[in-house]
Amino acid sequence: MVVIIDYQAGNLTSVERALEALGVEAQVTAEPEVVARASRIVFPGVGAAGRAMHILRESRLDRALLQAFEKGVPILGICLGAQVILEHSEENQARCLGLLPGTTRALPLKPGLKIPHMGWNQVHFVREHPVFRGLPPGVEYYFVHSYYPHPAAADLVIGVTEHGVTFPSVVGRKNLVATQFHPEKSGRFGLKILENFLAWDGEYAE
Amino acid sequence: MLSKRIIPCLDVRDGRTTKGIKFLNNVDVGDPVEMARAYYEAGADELVFYDITASSDRRNIMIDVVRRTAAEIFIPFSVGGGIRTLEDMREVLLAGAEKVSVNTAAVLDPSLIAQGARAFGSQCIVLGMDVKKVEPTPAIPSGYEIVIHGGRTPMGIDALWWAQEAVRLGAGEICLNSIDADGTQAGYEITLTRMIAEAVPIPVIASGGAGKPEHLRQVLTEGHADAALIASMVHYGTYTIKAIKDYLHQHGISVRLYW
Repeated sequence: MVVIIDYQAGNLTSVERALEALGVEAQVTAEPEVVARASRIVFPGVGAAGRAMHILRESRLDRALLQAFEKGVPILGICLGAQVILEHSEENQARCLGLLPGTTRALPLKPGLKIPHMGWNQVHFVREHPVFRGLPPGVEYYFVHSYYPHPAAADLVIGVTEHGVTFPSVVGRKNLVATQFHPEKSGRFGLKILENFLAWDGEYAE
Repeated sequence: MLSKRIIPCLDVRDGRTTKGIKFLNNVDVGDPVEMARAYYEAGADELVFYDITASSDRRNIMIDVVRRTAAEIFIPFSVGGGIRTLEDMREVLLAGAEKVSVNTAAVLDPSLIAQGARAFGSQCIVLGMDVKKVEPTPAIPSGYEIVIHGGRTPMGIDALWWAQEAVRLGAGEICLNSIDADGTQAGYEITLTRMIAEAVPIPVIASGGAGKPEHLRQVLTEGHADAALIASMVHYGTYTIKAIKDYLHQHGISVRLYW
Protein backbone atom coordinates (compact mmCIF):
# COMPACT_ATOMS: atom_id res chain seq x y z
CA MET A 1 0.00 0.00 0.00
CA VAL A 2 1.29 3.44 -1.02
CA VAL A 3 0.68 6.02 1.67
CA ILE A 4 0.66 9.82 1.36
CA ILE A 5 1.33 11.45 4.71
CA ASP A 6 -1.15 14.18 5.62
CA TYR A 7 0.22 16.49 8.31
CA GLN A 8 -1.91 19.54 7.44
CA ALA A 9 0.93 20.97 5.34
CA GLY A 10 -0.78 22.15 2.20
CA ASN A 11 -2.67 20.50 -0.52
CA LEU A 12 -2.16 16.83 -1.25
CA THR A 13 -4.65 16.62 -4.10
CA SER A 14 -2.07 17.04 -6.85
CA VAL A 15 0.18 14.26 -5.51
CA GLU A 16 -2.84 11.97 -5.25
CA ARG A 17 -3.96 12.80 -8.82
CA ALA A 18 -0.48 12.22 -10.24
CA LEU A 19 -0.26 8.78 -8.60
CA GLU A 20 -3.76 8.00 -9.90
CA ALA A 21 -2.59 8.88 -13.42
CA LEU A 22 0.07 6.19 -12.92
CA GLY A 23 -2.59 3.68 -11.88
CA VAL A 24 -1.96 3.78 -8.13
CA GLU A 25 -4.67 4.47 -5.56
CA ALA A 26 -2.68 5.87 -2.67
CA GLN A 27 -4.04 6.17 0.84
CA VAL A 28 -3.87 9.65 2.34
CA THR A 29 -3.42 9.31 6.08
CA ALA A 30 -2.61 11.20 9.26
CA GLU A 31 -2.42 8.01 11.37
CA PRO A 32 0.90 6.53 12.49
CA GLU A 33 -0.68 3.03 12.52
CA VAL A 34 -1.42 3.31 8.80
CA VAL A 35 2.08 4.62 8.08
CA ALA A 36 3.47 1.59 9.95
CA ARG A 37 1.77 -0.73 7.44
CA ALA A 38 2.86 1.21 4.32
CA SER A 39 4.93 -0.50 1.68
CA ARG A 40 5.89 2.86 0.21
CA ILE A 41 5.57 6.41 1.55
CA VAL A 42 5.18 9.79 -0.13
CA PHE A 43 5.93 12.65 2.24
CA PRO A 44 4.88 15.92 0.52
CA GLY A 45 4.00 19.31 1.99
CA VAL A 46 4.30 23.06 1.73
CA GLY A 47 4.36 25.55 4.56
CA ALA A 48 6.54 26.42 7.53
CA ALA A 49 8.93 23.96 9.17
CA GLY A 50 8.04 24.95 12.74
CA ARG A 51 4.34 24.27 12.43
CA ALA A 52 4.95 21.12 10.37
CA MET A 53 7.25 19.64 13.02
CA HIS A 54 4.80 20.52 15.77
CA ILE A 55 2.03 18.60 13.99
CA LEU A 56 4.31 15.66 13.14
CA ARG A 57 5.25 15.30 16.82
CA GLU A 58 1.72 15.79 18.18
CA SER A 59 0.38 13.12 15.83
CA ARG A 60 3.38 10.80 16.44
CA LEU A 61 3.92 10.68 12.69
CA ASP A 62 7.55 11.63 13.39
CA ARG A 63 8.22 8.26 15.05
CA ALA A 64 6.24 6.38 12.41
CA LEU A 65 8.40 7.93 9.69
CA LEU A 66 11.62 7.14 11.54
CA GLN A 67 10.55 3.52 12.03
CA ALA A 68 9.55 3.18 8.37
CA PHE A 69 12.92 4.57 7.35
CA GLU A 70 14.76 2.12 9.60
CA LYS A 71 12.68 -0.78 8.24
CA GLY A 72 13.81 0.07 4.70
CA VAL A 73 10.42 1.26 3.35
CA PRO A 74 11.02 3.45 0.25
CA ILE A 75 10.23 7.07 1.14
CA LEU A 76 9.88 10.05 -1.22
CA GLY A 77 10.03 13.51 0.35
CA ILE A 78 8.71 16.45 -1.68
CA CYS A 79 9.30 20.18 -1.03
CA LEU A 80 8.75 20.72 2.72
CA GLY A 81 9.08 16.93 2.94
CA ALA A 82 12.63 17.32 1.58
CA GLN A 83 13.43 19.89 4.28
CA VAL A 84 12.07 18.54 7.56
CA ILE A 85 13.89 15.22 7.03
CA LEU A 86 17.11 16.97 8.03
CA GLU A 87 18.15 17.60 11.64
CA HIS A 88 17.37 21.29 11.83
CA SER A 89 15.78 24.12 9.82
CA GLU A 90 16.70 27.79 9.78
CA GLU A 91 12.98 28.39 9.25
CA ASN A 92 11.51 28.96 12.74
CA GLN A 93 14.81 27.47 14.07
CA ALA A 94 12.94 24.17 14.07
CA ARG A 95 14.36 20.90 15.31
CA CYS A 96 13.47 18.42 12.57
CA LEU A 97 13.26 14.66 11.94
CA GLY A 98 16.97 13.96 11.52
CA LEU A 99 16.62 11.21 8.90
CA LEU A 100 19.46 12.98 7.06
CA PRO A 101 22.32 14.76 8.82
CA GLY A 102 22.37 18.49 8.01
CA THR A 103 20.39 21.71 8.09
CA THR A 104 17.68 23.35 5.99
CA ARG A 105 18.85 26.81 4.96
CA ALA A 106 17.21 29.97 3.60
CA LEU A 107 17.87 30.93 -0.01
CA PRO A 108 20.03 34.06 0.14
CA LEU A 109 18.36 37.42 -0.63
CA LYS A 110 20.11 39.12 -3.52
CA PRO A 111 19.16 42.20 -5.52
CA GLY A 112 17.07 41.31 -8.56
CA LEU A 113 16.51 37.74 -7.38
CA LYS A 114 12.93 36.73 -6.60
CA ILE A 115 12.16 34.75 -3.45
CA PRO A 116 10.28 32.40 -3.34
CA HIS A 117 12.11 30.59 -6.09
CA MET A 118 8.97 29.93 -8.14
CA GLY A 119 8.88 28.29 -11.55
CA TRP A 120 10.80 25.89 -13.76
CA ASN A 121 14.48 25.22 -13.30
CA GLN A 122 17.04 22.55 -14.20
CA VAL A 123 18.48 19.90 -11.94
CA HIS A 124 22.08 18.87 -12.49
CA PHE A 125 22.41 15.29 -11.28
CA VAL A 126 25.75 14.73 -9.58
CA ARG A 127 25.06 11.10 -8.65
CA GLU A 128 23.18 8.25 -10.30
CA HIS A 129 20.03 7.13 -8.55
CA PRO A 130 17.37 4.59 -9.64
CA VAL A 131 14.53 7.08 -9.08
CA PHE A 132 16.03 9.52 -11.60
CA ARG A 133 16.82 7.10 -14.40
CA GLY A 134 15.69 7.85 -17.94
CA LEU A 135 15.49 11.62 -17.59
CA PRO A 136 17.11 13.54 -20.44
CA PRO A 137 19.57 16.31 -19.53
CA GLY A 138 18.26 19.88 -19.74
CA VAL A 139 14.79 18.97 -18.45
CA GLU A 140 13.24 21.44 -15.99
CA TYR A 141 11.16 20.83 -12.89
CA TYR A 142 8.66 22.99 -11.00
CA PHE A 143 9.88 24.67 -7.81
CA VAL A 144 8.14 26.81 -5.17
CA HIS A 145 10.24 27.40 -2.06
CA SER A 146 12.33 29.81 0.01
CA TYR A 147 14.44 27.22 1.89
CA TYR A 148 16.52 24.27 0.71
CA PRO A 149 18.00 21.11 2.24
CA HIS A 150 21.72 21.25 2.97
CA PRO A 151 22.95 17.79 4.03
CA ALA A 152 26.08 17.58 6.14
CA ALA A 153 27.89 15.28 3.70
CA ALA A 154 28.36 15.87 -0.03
CA ASP A 155 27.59 12.23 -0.87
CA LEU A 156 23.98 12.76 0.31
CA VAL A 157 23.45 15.22 -2.55
CA ILE A 158 22.03 13.64 -5.72
CA GLY A 159 21.21 16.77 -7.73
CA VAL A 160 21.78 20.52 -7.57
CA THR A 161 19.99 23.62 -8.92
CA GLU A 162 21.02 27.23 -9.44
CA HIS A 163 19.07 30.20 -8.05
CA GLY A 164 21.41 32.86 -6.76
CA VAL A 165 23.27 30.01 -5.12
CA THR A 166 23.88 26.41 -6.21
CA PHE A 167 21.74 24.41 -3.80
CA PRO A 168 20.97 20.69 -3.30
CA SER A 169 17.60 20.05 -5.00
CA VAL A 170 17.65 16.25 -4.76
CA VAL A 171 18.99 14.52 -1.65
CA GLY A 172 18.89 10.99 -0.36
CA ARG A 173 20.27 8.24 1.78
CA LYS A 174 19.50 4.53 1.66
CA ASN A 175 15.73 4.06 1.12
CA LEU A 176 14.96 7.78 1.47
CA VAL A 177 15.02 10.14 -1.50
CA ALA A 178 13.69 13.69 -1.63
CA THR A 179 13.16 16.45 -4.19
CA GLN A 180 12.91 20.14 -3.43
CA PHE A 181 10.86 20.50 -6.64
CA HIS A 182 7.37 19.08 -7.23
CA PRO A 183 7.46 15.99 -9.49
CA GLU A 184 3.63 15.93 -9.43
CA LYS A 185 3.62 19.38 -11.10
CA SER A 186 6.61 18.85 -13.41
CA GLY A 187 4.86 17.45 -16.47
CA ARG A 188 5.65 14.04 -17.95
CA PHE A 189 9.24 14.01 -16.67
CA GLY A 190 7.93 14.58 -13.15
CA LEU A 191 5.50 11.69 -13.63
CA LYS A 192 8.47 9.59 -14.79
CA ILE A 193 10.16 10.26 -11.44
CA LEU A 194 7.03 9.15 -9.56
CA GLU A 195 6.79 6.07 -11.76
CA ASN A 196 10.43 5.22 -11.01
CA PHE A 197 9.80 5.72 -7.31
CA LEU A 198 6.80 3.35 -7.43
CA ALA A 199 9.07 0.68 -8.92
CA TRP A 200 12.07 1.33 -6.64
CA ASP A 201 13.04 -1.37 -4.12
CA GLY A 202 14.71 1.18 -1.83
CA GLU A 203 18.22 0.03 -2.66
CA TYR A 204 20.75 2.80 -3.14
CA ALA A 205 24.44 2.66 -2.41
CA GLU A 206 25.79 6.15 -1.71
CA MET B 1 18.72 29.35 -14.01
CA LEU B 2 15.02 29.97 -13.46
CA SER B 3 13.08 30.01 -16.73
CA LYS B 4 10.58 32.66 -17.71
CA ARG B 5 7.07 31.18 -17.70
CA ILE B 6 4.58 31.31 -20.59
CA ILE B 7 1.01 31.08 -19.24
CA PRO B 8 -2.11 30.74 -21.42
CA CYS B 9 -5.26 32.19 -19.87
CA LEU B 10 -8.64 30.55 -20.43
CA ASP B 11 -11.82 32.51 -19.80
CA VAL B 12 -14.56 30.19 -18.56
CA ARG B 13 -18.28 30.96 -18.52
CA ASP B 14 -20.83 28.39 -17.32
CA GLY B 15 -18.15 25.71 -17.51
CA ARG B 16 -17.24 26.48 -21.13
CA THR B 17 -14.33 28.47 -22.51
CA THR B 18 -15.44 31.62 -24.27
CA LYS B 19 -12.75 31.55 -26.97
CA GLY B 20 -11.87 28.41 -28.86
CA ILE B 21 -8.37 27.36 -29.81
CA LYS B 22 -8.13 27.34 -33.57
CA PHE B 23 -5.04 25.22 -34.02
CA LEU B 24 -6.64 22.19 -32.45
CA ASN B 25 -9.07 20.48 -34.76
CA ASN B 26 -9.46 17.40 -32.65
CA VAL B 27 -10.66 18.91 -29.39
CA ASP B 28 -13.98 20.33 -28.34
CA VAL B 29 -12.95 23.97 -28.37
CA GLY B 30 -15.49 24.90 -25.73
CA ASP B 31 -14.34 22.40 -23.11
CA PRO B 32 -11.86 24.01 -20.70
CA VAL B 33 -10.53 20.63 -19.56
CA GLU B 34 -9.71 19.54 -23.11
CA MET B 35 -8.15 22.90 -23.84
CA ALA B 36 -6.08 22.74 -20.66
CA ARG B 37 -4.89 19.29 -21.69
CA ALA B 38 -4.01 20.59 -25.18
CA TYR B 39 -1.97 23.49 -23.79
CA TYR B 40 -0.28 21.18 -21.28
CA GLU B 41 0.85 18.97 -24.14
CA ALA B 42 1.82 21.99 -26.25
CA GLY B 43 4.34 23.22 -23.66
CA ALA B 44 2.49 25.69 -21.44
CA ASP B 45 4.41 26.22 -18.18
CA GLU B 46 1.30 26.96 -16.16
CA LEU B 47 -2.37 27.74 -16.84
CA VAL B 48 -4.82 30.34 -15.61
CA PHE B 49 -8.57 29.80 -15.52
CA TYR B 50 -10.57 32.97 -15.25
CA ASP B 51 -14.16 32.30 -14.24
CA ILE B 52 -16.62 34.85 -15.68
CA THR B 53 -19.75 32.86 -14.83
CA ALA B 54 -22.55 35.04 -13.49
CA SER B 55 -25.07 32.40 -12.39
CA SER B 56 -25.66 31.49 -8.77
CA ASP B 57 -24.32 27.95 -9.00
CA ARG B 58 -21.10 29.25 -10.57
CA ARG B 59 -18.92 27.80 -7.85
CA ASN B 60 -20.06 24.22 -8.36
CA ILE B 61 -19.56 24.46 -12.11
CA MET B 62 -16.03 25.78 -11.76
CA ILE B 63 -15.09 23.28 -9.04
CA ASP B 64 -16.06 20.49 -11.43
CA VAL B 65 -13.80 21.99 -14.12
CA VAL B 66 -10.91 22.26 -11.63
CA ARG B 67 -11.38 18.70 -10.41
CA ARG B 68 -11.40 17.25 -13.92
CA THR B 69 -8.43 19.39 -14.98
CA ALA B 70 -6.37 18.26 -11.99
CA ALA B 71 -6.72 14.66 -13.16
CA GLU B 72 -5.52 15.56 -16.66
CA ILE B 73 -2.62 18.01 -16.38
CA PHE B 74 0.53 17.89 -14.28
CA ILE B 75 1.67 21.48 -14.31
CA PRO B 76 0.49 24.20 -11.91
CA PHE B 77 -2.74 26.04 -12.63
CA SER B 78 -4.56 28.85 -10.91
CA VAL B 79 -8.18 29.91 -10.72
CA GLY B 80 -9.41 33.49 -10.54
CA GLY B 81 -12.69 35.31 -10.94
CA GLY B 82 -15.24 35.61 -8.16
CA ILE B 83 -13.01 34.35 -5.34
CA ARG B 84 -14.49 36.29 -2.42
CA THR B 85 -13.98 34.26 0.75
CA LEU B 86 -11.60 31.90 2.45
CA GLU B 87 -14.12 29.14 1.75
CA ASP B 88 -14.04 29.93 -2.01
CA MET B 89 -10.26 29.57 -1.89
CA ARG B 90 -10.39 26.32 0.05
CA GLU B 91 -12.80 24.69 -2.41
CA VAL B 92 -10.71 25.59 -5.44
CA LEU B 93 -7.44 24.44 -3.86
CA LEU B 94 -8.88 21.18 -2.55
CA ALA B 95 -10.28 20.46 -6.01
CA GLY B 96 -6.69 20.47 -7.26
CA ALA B 97 -5.72 24.01 -8.30
CA GLU B 98 -2.23 25.10 -7.24
CA LYS B 99 -3.08 28.75 -6.68
CA VAL B 100 -6.05 31.09 -6.35
CA SER B 101 -6.13 34.60 -7.68
CA VAL B 102 -7.97 37.39 -5.88
CA ASN B 103 -8.66 40.79 -7.39
CA THR B 104 -11.78 42.87 -6.66
CA ALA B 105 -12.53 41.13 -3.36
CA ALA B 106 -8.99 41.83 -2.10
CA VAL B 107 -9.27 45.53 -2.96
CA LEU B 108 -12.56 45.72 -1.05
CA ASP B 109 -11.19 43.67 1.87
CA PRO B 110 -7.36 43.44 1.89
CA SER B 111 -7.43 41.09 4.90
CA LEU B 112 -8.55 38.37 2.47
CA ILE B 113 -4.92 38.16 1.26
CA ALA B 114 -3.59 37.75 4.79
CA GLN B 115 -6.28 35.19 5.67
CA GLY B 116 -5.52 33.17 2.53
CA ALA B 117 -1.76 33.29 3.07
CA ARG B 118 -2.14 32.18 6.68
CA ALA B 119 -4.50 29.33 5.85
CA PHE B 120 -2.88 27.97 2.68
CA GLY B 121 0.57 29.57 2.40
CA SER B 122 1.71 32.59 0.41
CA GLN B 123 2.66 30.47 -2.58
CA CYS B 124 -1.07 29.78 -3.19
CA ILE B 125 -2.20 33.40 -3.16
CA VAL B 126 -1.93 35.41 -6.36
CA LEU B 127 -2.99 39.05 -6.33
CA GLY B 128 -4.65 39.98 -9.61
CA MET B 129 -4.34 43.71 -10.28
CA ASP B 130 -6.24 45.62 -12.97
CA VAL B 131 -4.42 48.88 -13.57
CA LYS B 132 -5.13 52.00 -15.61
CA LYS B 133 -2.76 54.83 -16.52
CA VAL B 134 -3.84 58.23 -15.12
CA GLU B 135 -2.36 61.68 -14.51
CA PRO B 136 -0.20 61.46 -11.37
CA THR B 137 -1.87 63.08 -8.34
CA PRO B 138 -0.92 63.19 -4.64
CA ALA B 139 -3.22 60.21 -4.10
CA ILE B 140 -1.82 58.33 -7.10
CA PRO B 141 1.84 59.40 -7.35
CA SER B 142 2.88 56.55 -9.65
CA GLY B 143 0.32 57.57 -12.28
CA TYR B 144 -1.21 54.08 -12.28
CA GLU B 145 -4.55 53.51 -10.62
CA ILE B 146 -6.27 50.35 -9.40
CA VAL B 147 -9.61 49.66 -11.10
CA ILE B 148 -12.06 46.88 -10.26
CA HIS B 149 -15.12 45.17 -11.71
CA GLY B 150 -13.18 44.30 -14.84
CA GLY B 151 -11.91 47.84 -15.30
CA ARG B 152 -15.16 49.74 -14.85
CA THR B 153 -14.64 51.17 -11.36
CA PRO B 154 -11.60 53.36 -10.54
CA MET B 155 -10.70 53.05 -6.86
CA GLY B 156 -8.40 56.03 -6.25
CA ILE B 157 -5.70 53.60 -5.09
CA ASP B 158 -2.12 53.81 -6.31
CA ALA B 159 -1.05 50.60 -8.09
CA LEU B 160 2.53 50.71 -6.79
CA TRP B 161 1.35 51.16 -3.21
CA TRP B 162 -1.19 48.35 -3.56
CA ALA B 163 1.41 45.93 -4.94
CA GLN B 164 3.70 46.57 -1.98
CA GLU B 165 0.82 46.39 0.47
CA ALA B 166 -0.20 43.00 -0.98
CA VAL B 167 3.34 41.69 -0.43
CA ARG B 168 3.18 42.88 3.17
CA LEU B 169 -0.14 41.05 3.59
CA GLY B 170 1.35 37.83 2.25
CA ALA B 171 0.62 37.58 -1.49
CA GLY B 172 3.03 35.14 -3.16
CA GLU B 173 2.76 36.42 -6.69
CA ILE B 174 1.22 39.29 -8.66
CA CYS B 175 -0.65 38.99 -11.94
CA LEU B 176 -0.50 42.51 -13.33
CA ASN B 177 -3.06 43.38 -15.98
CA SER B 178 -2.97 46.65 -17.89
CA ILE B 179 -6.53 47.69 -18.75
CA ASP B 180 -5.14 50.06 -21.39
CA ALA B 181 -3.19 47.33 -23.18
CA ASP B 182 -5.72 44.52 -22.65
CA GLY B 183 -7.21 43.27 -25.90
CA THR B 184 -5.12 45.58 -28.11
CA GLN B 185 -2.53 42.93 -29.08
CA ALA B 186 -0.17 45.95 -29.40
CA GLY B 187 2.25 44.91 -26.66
CA TYR B 188 2.38 44.78 -22.85
CA GLU B 189 2.58 47.95 -20.73
CA ILE B 190 6.35 47.87 -20.23
CA THR B 191 6.71 50.92 -17.95
CA LEU B 192 4.05 49.70 -15.55
CA THR B 193 5.37 46.14 -15.49
CA ARG B 194 8.93 47.22 -14.83
CA MET B 195 7.86 49.60 -12.07
CA ILE B 196 5.95 46.90 -10.19
CA ALA B 197 8.41 44.06 -10.87
CA GLU B 198 11.32 46.13 -9.53
CA ALA B 199 9.38 47.23 -6.46
CA VAL B 200 8.31 43.81 -5.14
CA PRO B 201 10.38 40.76 -4.10
CA ILE B 202 7.77 38.28 -5.40
CA PRO B 203 7.27 37.09 -9.01
CA VAL B 204 5.22 39.25 -11.38
CA ILE B 205 3.17 37.89 -14.28
CA ALA B 206 2.61 40.47 -17.02
CA SER B 207 -0.86 40.49 -18.58
CA GLY B 208 -2.66 42.41 -21.31
CA GLY B 209 -1.53 43.32 -24.80
CA ALA B 210 0.30 40.24 -26.08
CA GLY B 211 0.04 40.02 -29.87
CA LYS B 212 3.37 38.63 -31.05
CA PRO B 213 6.47 36.94 -29.60
CA GLU B 214 8.38 40.23 -29.72
CA HIS B 215 5.96 41.57 -27.08
CA LEU B 216 6.87 38.74 -24.73
CA ARG B 217 10.57 39.34 -25.33
CA GLN B 218 10.11 43.01 -24.37
CA VAL B 219 8.14 42.42 -21.21
CA LEU B 220 10.42 39.60 -20.01
CA THR B 221 13.59 41.68 -20.55
CA GLU B 222 12.85 45.45 -20.41
CA GLY B 223 9.71 44.90 -18.33
CA HIS B 224 11.51 42.59 -15.84
CA ALA B 225 8.47 40.29 -15.69
CA ASP B 226 8.96 36.73 -14.43
CA ALA B 227 6.16 35.32 -16.57
CA ALA B 228 3.87 36.38 -19.38
CA LEU B 229 0.16 35.71 -19.75
CA ILE B 230 -1.10 35.07 -23.28
CA ALA B 231 -4.57 34.55 -24.72
CA SER B 232 -5.66 35.54 -28.25
CA MET B 233 -2.27 35.01 -29.86
CA VAL B 234 -2.45 31.30 -29.10
CA HIS B 235 -6.22 30.77 -28.89
CA TYR B 236 -6.69 31.88 -32.50
CA GLY B 237 -3.82 29.77 -33.75
CA THR B 238 -1.63 32.68 -34.82
CA TYR B 239 1.25 31.24 -32.79
CA THR B 240 2.02 28.01 -31.01
CA ILE B 241 3.64 28.00 -27.58
CA LYS B 242 6.59 26.21 -29.14
CA ALA B 243 7.05 28.98 -31.74
CA ILE B 244 6.95 31.62 -28.99
CA LYS B 245 9.46 29.71 -26.85
CA ASP B 246 11.79 29.08 -29.79
CA TYR B 247 11.76 32.81 -30.54
CA LEU B 248 12.50 33.73 -26.92
CA HIS B 249 15.23 31.10 -26.69
CA GLN B 250 16.87 32.48 -29.85
CA HIS B 251 16.86 35.89 -28.18
CA GLY B 252 18.75 34.59 -25.17
CA ILE B 253 15.79 34.28 -22.79
CA SER B 254 15.72 31.18 -20.60
CA VAL B 255 12.52 29.20 -21.25
CA ARG B 256 11.50 25.58 -20.67
CA LEU B 257 12.17 23.74 -23.94
CA TYR B 258 11.46 20.09 -23.04
CA TRP B 259 8.01 18.84 -22.16
